[in-house]
Amino acid sequence: MSFFNLSRRGLLKGSAALGAGLATPTIFTSSAWAQGYLNEPTGDTVTFGFNVPQTGAYADEGADELRAYELAVEHLNGGGDGGLLQTFSSKALTGAGVNGKKVAYVTGDTQTKSDAARASAKRMIESDGALMITGGSSSGVAIAVQGLCQEAGVIFMAGLTHSNDTTGKDKRRNGFRHFFNTEMSGAALGPILEANYGTDRKAYHLTADYTWGWSQEGSMKTYTEAIGWETVAAVRTPLGAGDFSQYLTPVLNSGADTLILNHYGRDMVNSLTQAVQFGMRDKVVNGKDFVIVVPLYSRLMAQGAGEAVKGIFGSTNWHWSLQDAGSQAFVKSFGQKYGFPPSQAAHTCYVQAMLYADAAQRAGTFHPCAIVEALEGYEFDGMGNGPTLYRAEDHQCFKPVLVVKGNENPTSQYDLLEVVDVTPTEKVMYPVDHPDFQGGDLGTCNAGI
Amino acid sequence: MNAKASSRNDLYLILGFIVAVALGPIIMTPFGGYPDLLQKFAIFGIFAIGFNILFGLTGYLSFGHAAFLGAGSYAAVWCFKLVGMNVLPAIISAMIVGGLFSALIGFVSLRRSGIYFSILTLAFAQMCYNLAYSVLGQPGMNLTNGETGLQLKLDDPRYFGESASESGTIPPTSMFGIEMKQIHEFDLFGMTVQVSNGYFVCALFVILAFYVSMRIFRSPFGMMLRAVKTNQNRMSYTGLNTRPYALAAFVISGMYAGLAGGLMSAMDPLAGAERMQWTASGEVVLMTILGGAGTLIGPIIGAGVIKYLENIFSSFNDQVMTGFFDFLPDWLGSAMVWITSPFVGEGWHLTLGVIFMLIVIFLPGGLMEGFARIGRLFRGSRKRGEGAADAPRVPAE
Amino acid sequence: MDQILLQILNGLDKGSAYALIALGLTLIFGTLGVVNFAHGALFMLGAFCTVSLNKLLTMEQVVLDETRMTAWGTPMEIRTPFVEAWFGEFGTTLVEYAVPLSILVAIPVMLLVGVTMERGLIKHFYKRPHAEQILVTFGLAIVLQEIIKAWFGANPIPQSEPDALGGMLDFGAAIGMTEGTITYPAWRLVYFLFAGVVITGVFCFLQFTTFGMVVRAGMADRETVGLLGINIDKRFTFMFGLAAVVAGLAGVMYTPILSPDYHLGMDFLVLSFVVVVVGGMGSLGGAVMAGFLLGILQSFTAMKRPAIFPDAADRTVGEDILNVWYTILEYLPGIDQIIIYLAAVVVLLVRPRGLMGRKGVMET
Repeated sequence: MSFFNLSRRGLLKGSAALGAGLATPTIFTSSAWAQGYLNEPTGDTVTFGFNVPQTGAYADEGADELRAYELAVEHLNGGGDGGLLQTFSSKALTGAGVNGKKVAYVTGDTQTKSDAARASAKRMIESDGALMITGGSSSGVAIAVQGLCQEAGVIFMAGLTHSNDTTGKDKRRNGFRHFFNTEMSGAALGPILEANYGTDRKAYHLTADYTWGWSQEGSMKTYTEAIGWETVAAVRTPLGAGDFSQYLTPVLNSGADTLILNHYGRDMVNSLTQAVQFGMRDKVVNGKDFVIVVPLYSRLMAQGAGEAVKGIFGSTNWHWSLQDAGSQAFVKSFGQKYGFPPSQAAHTCYVQAMLYADAAQRAGTFHPCAIVEALEGYEFDGMGNGPTLYRAEDHQCFKPVLVVKGNENPTSQYDLLEVVDVTPTEKVMYPVDHPDFQGGDLGTCNAGI
Repeated sequence: MNAKASSRNDLYLILGFIVAVALGPIIMTPFGGYPDLLQKFAIFGIFAIGFNILFGLTGYLSFGHAAFLGAGSYAAVWCFKLVGMNVLPAIISAMIVGGLFSALIGFVSLRRSGIYFSILTLAFAQMCYNLAYSVLGQPGMNLTNGETGLQLKLDDPRYFGESASESGTIPPTSMFGIEMKQIHEFDLFGMTVQVSNGYFVCALFVILAFYVSMRIFRSPFGMMLRAVKTNQNRMSYTGLNTRPYALAAFVISGMYAGLAGGLMSAMDPLAGAERMQWTASGEVVLMTILGGAGTLIGPIIGAGVIKYLENIFSSFNDQVMTGFFDFLPDWLGSAMVWITSPFVGEGWHLTLGVIFMLIVIFLPGGLMEGFARIGRLFRGSRKRGEGAADAPRVPAE
Repeated sequence: MDQILLQILNGLDKGSAYALIALGLTLIFGTLGVVNFAHGALFMLGAFCTVSLNKLLTMEQVVLDETRMTAWGTPMEIRTPFVEAWFGEFGTTLVEYAVPLSILVAIPVMLLVGVTMERGLIKHFYKRPHAEQILVTFGLAIVLQEIIKAWFGANPIPQSEPDALGGMLDFGAAIGMTEGTITYPAWRLVYFLFAGVVITGVFCFLQFTTFGMVVRAGMADRETVGLLGINIDKRFTFMFGLAAVVAGLAGVMYTPILSPDYHLGMDFLVLSFVVVVVGGMGSLGGAVMAGFLLGILQSFTAMKRPAIFPDAADRTVGEDILNVWYTILEYLPGIDQIIIYLAAVVVLLVRPRGLMGRKGVMET
């Protein structure tokens, strides 16, 4: 590949037309008419676009997502041990590529910024001919890229995005989410918190002041108030505040006996460490031990908080210590290739890539509308989360949610979380017209014509 | 150097510029150009040209220009939401909002100069960013939609247009029926050239922007601005109040930024708060310096180079790298991959930083100074021509 | 009342970090006249001195245990830190005290970094415009942070304070209030004290040593000092190194409060500039005072009326004032996010030379 021919499409078309010599410019033809759908693969490969954060605060998570994608491509093309293809309930994929075409991929850097994410997604669609965009590590980016894919006419398989809006008010026909959301976190955590901490608690929320934080705060309030907890205060903290002391000291004398940290990433690491530093884990208020809850956990981020996570409850989409056949197969092939277990971000991305490939194989085409049809209402199993449904009405996956707790006695540096409970699907299922998810419309599927 | 010759040079320059912009898609195709990238070149070119009118002429280093770009793009998206999908009103309102913001911030900030001016603009821009990111995105007072960014919806009113197209999708941005995102393809010299309608619009505006900037550079007003840069005190002693001139330059460059923001939204109807972050302001400073501050054409070149590098380096991954060094023996190939990989893909910011430092250290006049030096090498001791694109430190005539 | 005291403590703690960074920044500006955008990166490098030392101390011997398997089917690794294996108990203590110990590492390292930076790069920029100084140091900051990222990753790396200096301290009891009303993390008080010591040290050095006297003379009139046959350049180079050390030490001791990551420097950069201009460019006292003031201001704007707050009739005077303050804040949502910038704008417009800036220095 020469330096100046970076574009795969440019290269293909360039070499195909080589020898034609000085072709005269034909009358402008709209690309729309030439193809049945945008980026219809004509060669023997099909291109996926992996759009992950490579720079910025979530770069490590992005790197893990990319590892998972590379593994997925390897498995789709028949390499390695096949990974989850062995346990997947659908047997359409055999490791011989998808629809007879080998899977190729291009990568891009979202920088965890909507603009940059859309720019790199556009590059992959326009220049590299990607048929499907997947990845991302924040809801803002996921929603922005999902909107772009809808307008461009390709499929978007969301990576790590936890906000309700992704499949709520910002849902799109071309976009699909495997990851869970704040509503499910709340629904799963509620009963566990009740069982462990009782019904008489006073909760103090610290919330990251942006869309996901508000969404998480809302869900946690709903479910903790449902078990009889009282919300003392909900304070918004600026994103990336670093030192949270000015938000933490009011908690100490507020009469609250529970602190709920609606933070993620660096904010979570810092606010949790500092809360522990302020003695909150050793405190006794109203005759009860003071407790901290982190609604959304990520093992990668928990590493950053070190000792502080011990004994603290939260929820997660998947964890490598799960014992079902799917999880074990995935941990095995990931661990053997990279030497450490995959994160939940890696898992959801791997599964999303597989689900897309499977849908295309079952539909027999890469036409976005056919794939939408194949995924809508699709039920599958063996991907590490148990029986799962891709609901047709909002393109959200419904599957059991894990409630986890910071491990008191980790046996290795990866063994930070322990699975406390697997909340069954029906407990976290919500109706399509749930008030937190209203105001959106899937619209119609767009094939880019 | 007589006026006639220099005006003829200007004519050549603008004609050359028009030709370059018109042939852009064809020139860029073998280098991996694609419609969105070309639009980015034009948009950031406009942004940098505007920034250069302030920084290049008056020497005021603003670290807050991204705020105007952001404000402009929010204005444009609101225009799409409320008025309709025609890009013209959106772009105009973006320019107006950009101008208003810059008039307000400029009026206050220009009371100081030097590093204080930089810090003031930086502070204002960060305030805008923080507010747009959280407070103004809250339900109830939702102007910016916070972190997610302001997006179009199917149920937006669009009083002078349709809320949704017949097929039930959000109508695309257009100019009197010509869709911005529509892509044309044609074959030329054995390659397929892609060009979008949006590029033509961007190209039109970048040519206009360039022309206006050239007129400003050549006008007495431009002369006055240069005088502000050279010696503000002397200007004041002659009884001239320099602030109105500086403010005018500030507002003009703010409107350029607004225009860039409006075009950005017109090509891709979304406005996010990160556009206002101070690092985004830093980026336009990089572009201008890289190309050559104070030169006419330099900022556009700088914008193109940075956007192009960003595009290439961030798309490299191990797969691409291994393919790239395929021709080498195995051990050498993997060694090369090992050496280069920290600089591409997830490490491309490092490359950007290194390139930028090298430019500032060795070529403070930017690439244009580099070109001028190379040109001088060839011309030997012959008298330097007075083309506008020449040596940056020296006023063009 | 206790809320106010706690927020003052928070502000002083935050302010300590601001003051230390701004002190170095303003020192560099006062001596060399250089606007150093890479100063935040120096803070970050200091923090990573701790990370490196910690990594070094916890370097592990890896033995494969063939009898146990990981979840992915490879032999389990048994890891024992070398230090503990070699020194036993003493080794454990060494690891525990990694943060304070890294001060010893950070001083020579940061001095070297600072001097190298000045001799290798900054020296060539004295005669260049401020804009170019800003740009080249900004470029350097990006390069430094990306190198750290390539080496240590993007995730924060937790560092913990020694147990003896951890836990909560009953600050209220110490100043004669009811026990248990004002408790504060010991380490944060340590940080405050540490900042006090460093700041006093720098001031004493400048005030009471011949070296410092020459430097101050050089700050006031570089040319004359040069004409007296004193090699002021060498001293200024050392001052740059000193500023780097101060920033580095601020970073070292801050690690238990804020888990360091590669972006730490950029987060503090804009803030520390604001502190410097508010205090007055080139004024050491101003930087320190502005650091503490802005820290306290930031803490106070983050306050929110608690759920349990006495009704108007039962309030004390202090609570009445607090109530007014809460009410003001309620009308200004998000003020805590922009207060620092707002303060900078107000100060620059009302008093351009900053709180304690000398008249005529960089005033326009």
